[in-house]
Amino acid sequence: MGEAPAAVELRGISKSFPGVLANDEVSLVVRRGEVHCLLGENGAGKSTLMNVLAGVHRPDEGEIRVAGRRVTIGCPRDAIDLGIGMVHQHSSLIAVFTVLENLLLGRGEGLRLKTGEALAALEEFSALLGVAVDPWVQVGRLSLGEQQQLEIIRALWRGSRVLILDEPTSMLTPKGVEDLQRVLAQLTRQGLAVIFITHKLREAFDIGDRVSVLRRGRLAGTIDEATMRGGTFAELKQMVVELMFPGEAARLARVAEIRGFEGPARRSRRPAAGPPLLELSDVLIPGARGEVGIDEPLSLAVHAGEVVGVAGVDGNGQRPLAEGIAGQRRAAAGDIRLAGTTVRALSIGARQRLGLRYVTDDRLGEGVAPPLSVALNLVSKRIGAPPFWVHGRTKKAAIERHARALVEEYDIMTPTLDTPAGSLSGGTLQKIVVARELSFSPKVVVFNKPTHGLDVKTTAMVRDRIGRLVEGGEAGALVISTDLEELLELCDRVAVLSRGRLMGVVENVPGAEQEIGALMIGGGDE
Amino acid sequence: MSEPETRVASPPPAASVKVLSGVWRGLGPIVYALVAGGVLLLLMGRDPIGFYATTIESGLLSQTGLEQSIIRMAPLLLMSAGLIVAFQAGLWNIGGDGQFLIAAAVVAGLGAPLVGVLPYSLALALLCVIGFVAGAAWTIVPSVLKAWYGVNEIITTLMVGFIGIRLANLLIKGPFLSDRSLVPQTDVIPFKYLLPYLPGTRIHLGIVVALAVLAAVHYMQTRTSYGLSLRMLGASPKAAAHAGLDVKRDIVTAFGLSGGLIGLAAAVEVLGVWGYVRADWNPAFGLTLFALVFLARLNVKLVIPLVGFFAVLSIGGHEAARRAGLPNDFLLLLIGLILFFMVFTEWARTKGWTAGMRLRAAGRTSQREAALDE
Ligand SMILES: Nc1ncnc2c1ncn2[C@@H]1O[C@H](COP(=O)(O)OP(=O)(O)OP(=O)(O)O)[C@@H](O)[C@H]1O
Ligand SMILES: [Mg+2]
Repeated sequence: MGEAPAAVELRGISKSFPGVLANDEVSLVVRRGEVHCLLGENGAGKSTLMNVLAGVHRPDEGEIRVAGRRVTIGCPRDAIDLGIGMVHQHSSLIAVFTVLENLLLGRGEGLRLKTGEALAALEEFSALLGVAVDPWVQVGRLSLGEQQQLEIIRALWRGSRVLILDEPTSMLTPKGVEDLQRVLAQLTRQGLAVIFITHKLREAFDIGDRVSVLRRGRLAGTIDEATMRGGTFAELKQMVVELMFPGEAARLARVAEIRGFEGPARRSRRPAAGPPLLELSDVLIPGARGEVGIDEPLSLAVHAGEVVGVAGVDGNGQRPLAEGIAGQRRAAAGDIRLAGTTVRALSIGARQRLGLRYVTDDRLGEGVAPPLSVALNLVSKRIGAPPFWVHGRTKKAAIERHARALVEEYDIMTPTLDTPAGSLSGGTLQKIVVARELSFSPKVVVFNKPTHGLDVKTTAMVRDRIGRLVEGGEAGALVISTDLEELLELCDRVAVLSRGRLMGVVENVPGAEQEIGALMIGGGDE
Repeated sequence: MSEPETRVASPPPAASVKVLSGVWRGLGPIVYALVAGGVLLLLMGRDPIGFYATTIESGLLSQTGLEQSIIRMAPLLLMSAGLIVAFQAGLWNIGGDGQFLIAAAVVAGLGAPLVGVLPYSLALALLCVIGFVAGAAWTIVPSVLKAWYGVNEIITTLMVGFIGIRLANLLIKGPFLSDRSLVPQTDVIPFKYLLPYLPGTRIHLGIVVALAVLAAVHYMQTRTSYGLSLRMLGASPKAAAHAGLDVKRDIVTAFGLSGGLIGLAAAVEVLGVWGYVRADWNPAFGLTLFALVFLARLNVKLVIPLVGFFAVLSIGGHEAARRAGLPNDFLLLLIGLILFFMVFTEWARTKGWTAGMRLRAAGRTSQREAALDE
């Protein structure tokens, strides 16, 4: 097979932000009909490079060629007109608009909206992806997983030539990923070029024809088609890790395995857990309009020294459950107790002071205040509390000392402590959120998709932290995740949530996987 | 990390560059507007140089002009402080003029009977507090609707603001009506009971009050936990709620503080300059100050020179317009032009046109060269 012609060519792209050289003379060719995976640690510059291609950023230097012709992409509209569609890492949908209106954004011709076309495209692509999306529902009411599906549909519609997917699978289920993969295969056969950013090496191996690795803004290397097809997954993994973290491969070999590529490492059941720290009894937490809530009485307990998982497809009541526990929504019925104290009527802040923490899955929307500095975001849940505030007065030095320690400990990649959090890479934001919630000895931590968007190394680190959190028998954790392997690796018990209903709780012993799968399907039958 | 850094970790742009581009963002629109206003003057057959010269001469350089400008700054600065408190918290207090007039009416109405009875300083202090409370009270309806029911405050403050303007009028024509005047107005507070002059000048104490309040607001915003709560609220209400802040309390108090400072502005103006309020009086500072406060990017330090500029423009421009035979509305035109060019410079910035951007680009290239040399 001869080499297919280039769909896009990036030549010597450089892009800097205050204090960071995010892309340093990166050159990349993406051919028609290929899926080109882009890998790299958090903050390596993947999103920046793709944002340059999609017209969000202008490169400082370098040129872009589309179908052999040199082009200037000054704004997202230019990219769309060139047939370049992108699914951004953080939702770029407008929450108060309907699904249809979101599809139509940026696609009008003069004053005319392409409503008919949009509806047809929605129908076509949602059928392809095997999802049902109501065009008239407000986007804010969809789960993040559904929003991600919608973004993919929109990008598919816009991207006739090149489709950029920036961590499109972070919110999808394995089934959703499979469907996406099928659609991509079909579209690449018709000549579409796909750039696929992911942190899951397995995905890159399964979906990608070639793999390029960025490292600290530079292209570290590309693994060509022949090597990809000829090698085993283990070999590929070795190569990628060597490119991503040169010199650390040996140390990370164990970690990469933990990622579950050779099957999840089972965690043996903990011997007799301590007293219950978080108890939900018969709680009902209504969903917002159009959203699945906890609609049947749910009872669940997390004991000291225990990690309890919640498995299920995103949008089946996970967010209402997490927010109900955190106090961001009221439970309509039932009781929630924290270390014996009823907290159902308490405010978010009061629950936090009792030792409850919540790692939200909406890091940019609520996890951080984007314009505020990294340092302030690291203490934003302790506003007013010593040692950072004394009698209401800010102790800047104490805040900075604390922030510096966390930045060090979690390897948070930020130019300065004063950098606005909103300018950081997706994975870096996630680190900030996790670091903040794990400090000051929490009692119970609710994690909603704790590792989404984190690179291999950081994922392992965060999982390790969750394990260490409960190790002393002082704290407990509730981990909500759509990644079953993650739950099997971390949890003592796994609860299965489906359509707002607790289907059952499974002890994490060999064979748990099948049992959980059965419970999930059982929920889908109704 | 053990291996050598491959990344050229350029430091954030030099502070001087930042300051320069910041100053230009504030000053640029004004310069453009003055130039465009000059062209308009030329077209109307007036002498622009003469016009601006008169403006500066009679607003800044003459003794009385300067004093008038400084006196004008006092209420403007206090009202700016009020607007900044609300805007920083992401609360759109559009009803400032209503809060201002209600407070003015109440201060003038209660002032005349109070000053004779109470000791001088106590009466003034009490009247300032009354102005603050009246202005703050006028935000309660919008803030409660916002905090508990999520009702958009742009609409409610605007509506309640209108009601405030009418109600102030009714108060003056009703309970506070003076029977010693032909036009509807309040009783006049005798001159000797008004705010004292600063020694050696005819500038009343208001400017000192205003600068002290601005300093306090700046301190609150940058150095206290309450200030950070408000900034969180302004930056992302969802993040503020998620962080466990008492968002309802913050909305109500920030609104109250905002309305209160605007009420204080009214009290200072009534007690420093007028001594009474006429039923049809409405200086309508609100809209102009919105523009200035945004031009200053809600920064207290930048607001002072901008308000000073505006005060000179309105005091001196008044005289200049009179001499040039132009209506006073010409000043509004200049303000409009400033607003227009403000939007224009923002747009140009996103297109990467400003001097600051070019400076940064140059800085980066030299950094890269330096890195390559190593
Ligand atoms: N708008 C911006 N303003 C300032 N700095 C930015 C901006 N966007 C990205 N950066 C910086 O550029 C660097 C690269 O970020 P980028 O988002 O491209 O990383 P990434 O490879 O996508 O990482 P992740 O895997 O975490 O998503 C980071 O150091 C980030 O802080
Ligand atoms: Mg990214």
